Amino acid sequence: MSPAAPDVSGAVPTAGEDGTAGMRVRLSGLRAIVGEVSSPARTDAASSGRGADPSGQGAMVSARGLCKAYGSFTAVDGIDVEVRRGEAFGFLGPNGAGKSSTMRMIAAVSPPGGGELRVLGLDPATHGSQIRSRLGVCPQEDTLDTELTVRENLLIYGRYFGLSRRHVAAKADELLGFFQLTEKRGARVDDLSGGLKRRLTIARSLINDPDLLLLDEPTTGLDPQARHTLWDKLFRLRQQGVTLVLTTHYMDEAEQLCDRLVVMDGGRIVAEGSPLQLIREHATREVAELRFGVGDHAEVAATVADLADRVEVLPDRILLYTDDGEEALAKVHERGLSPVAMLARRATLEDVFLRLTGRTLVD
Amino acid sequence: MALTGATLARLTRQEGGRTRSGGPPALIYRQFAVYRRNWVFFTTGFLEPVLYLFSIGVGVGALISGFEIRGQQVDYADFVAPAMLATSAMNGAVIDSTFNVFFKLKFQKIYDGVLATPMTTTDVARGEVGWAVMRGGVYSAGFLLVMLAMGLVGSWWAVLALPAAVLNGFAFAAVGMALTTYMRSWQDFELVQLALMPMFLFSATFFPITAYGEGVRWVIEATPLYRSVVLIRELSTGLVTLESAVSVVYLVAMGLIGMKIVSHRLDRLLLT
Repeated sequence: MSPAAPDVSGAVPTAGEDGTAGMRVRLSGLRAIVGEVSSPARTDAASSGRGADPSGQGAMVSARGLCKAYGSFTAVDGIDVEVRRGEAFGFLGPNGAGKSSTMRMIAAVSPPGGGELRVLGLDPATHGSQIRSRLGVCPQEDTLDTELTVRENLLIYGRYFGLSRRHVAAKADELLGFFQLTEKRGARVDDLSGGLKRRLTIARSLINDPDLLLLDEPTTGLDPQARHTLWDKLFRLRQQGVTLVLTTHYMDEAEQLCDRLVVMDGGRIVAEGSPLQLIREHATREVAELRFGVGDHAEVAATVADLADRVEVLPDRILLYTDDGEEALAKVHERGLSPVAMLARRATLEDVFLRLTGRTLVD
Repeated sequence: MALTGATLARLTRQEGGRTRSGGPPALIYRQFAVYRRNWVFFTTGFLEPVLYLFSIGVGVGALISGFEIRGQQVDYADFVAPAMLATSAMNGAVIDSTFNVFFKLKFQKIYDGVLATPMTTTDVARGEVGWAVMRGGVYSAGFLLVMLAMGLVGSWWAVLALPAAVLNGFAFAAVGMALTTYMRSWQDFELVQLALMPMFLFSATFFPITAYGEGVRWVIEATPLYRSVVLIRELSTGLVTLESAVSVVYLVAMGLIGMKIVSHRLDRLLLT
């Protein structure tokens, strides 16, 4: 069903944040279950005429030469993007790469500075309201209404979409259940943990049954358990056919969630493809990491350069790109070198990014 | 995790009832939900002018014989009460459109959330000002009842004093919110107080405008609170003149200009 499927079929721990439901589920198994029950629903939804974008079956988002500048600073510098219906699309890049600016333009709250942008087949400049009525937006910073309770946040947000009180009330309870927030329904937003706030923000973004869900750094600042819970929820949504567009500077998140992604740096797109494709194209299968004590990593690197296809020297470690990490490590030992620490691992999008930009993702 | 296939299915299915936007009423509904829990804070703005009415209008008024307006003798309390009614509407409108809007704009950032929906900056402007006007209107209605109970209403024209007070609230709310979009910190609100306090004291609220010399009089007559004090006073005493029409036009224009600025400023602040 998804090109990224083989990549994430390993055991992925998911657990309820409250700790009571501390179960581990194999995501691949979950996928099968959820896919089975939700696919008929999707057909149902699709045939109810919601997707009436004039451009036909085409892109949910399409951008050509899209630009955005703030004063003399160019945040987005001519990007071409196309997001297809039903896929999970990611913008991967470090802080300041232009991801959030792009997301704000797609969300029809920031006028494009140049180029062409169509969201759901419509022009945000002239059809902002119509576009937004079919979007779900989870911004980078929570914009929850702290003067309201958890449930009221959903109820009133639904009213902004012009939804009837009865419809919103039912929807709110359903979302509270789905995001395991029912017990917290009467709590004040300020009293929630970061993970629960994030869940509520995403729940809120679904109040209007969006066709397209925009998530800007959905799990930044969350602890690992909360992240996995969220990934699980997002994964289920995608299974139901909601198109996801997300930004992240975590490569594991992009690998987990995205069918396709673009790597952004300095306002430009430097690579595009599925996570596997990108790794295959821009990195080797495995990576051997060597960490030496105080010393010149560059100097050591020169002595092991021939052991790998490519060597990358970072301030704190040396990366050897090779198809067999263990073998490379063994050879390092044979040469009488004794690193403080070393490991062999599979190449990730982090390595792709390093290759493409010469920098690491999270500084 | 009691999640059935049916709930999953419902999550994505569009049900009826969707229109394009909730518009200003949705935001007013939000304020209503907030104040339903905090109704005590709602009443404070109402009390101030009532206390002034008792202290100055009734208390100090006992020492004053009242004065003649256009040949008619008017008791001091009758004179002060309509001014307090105007003040009451102004207070209600200004509290919400300045402090509360600033908090939501800069700290809570709720408008960022609101604008991610089909709502527009014009909806936000209308919703916030609409709520502020409603708050001012509730204060005014309450105050009018106090006046009625105290026998301070002298004419059927007073029925129009409520819409006049609401108009006053609209003018102040719109301009108050417009100014708020320019505020950088809480300190800037001292300027709001600096503008409101003298208006409250000198807009022919406690003594007639004839106390001023020609030059000062022109300045006072051009202030919004004076316009609405005179308008409401003419209505509550029944001594209606053409000056009332001038006041109405003045306040309508002030409100509309304020609204225009608010929408424009919100665009610039939030839709970048």
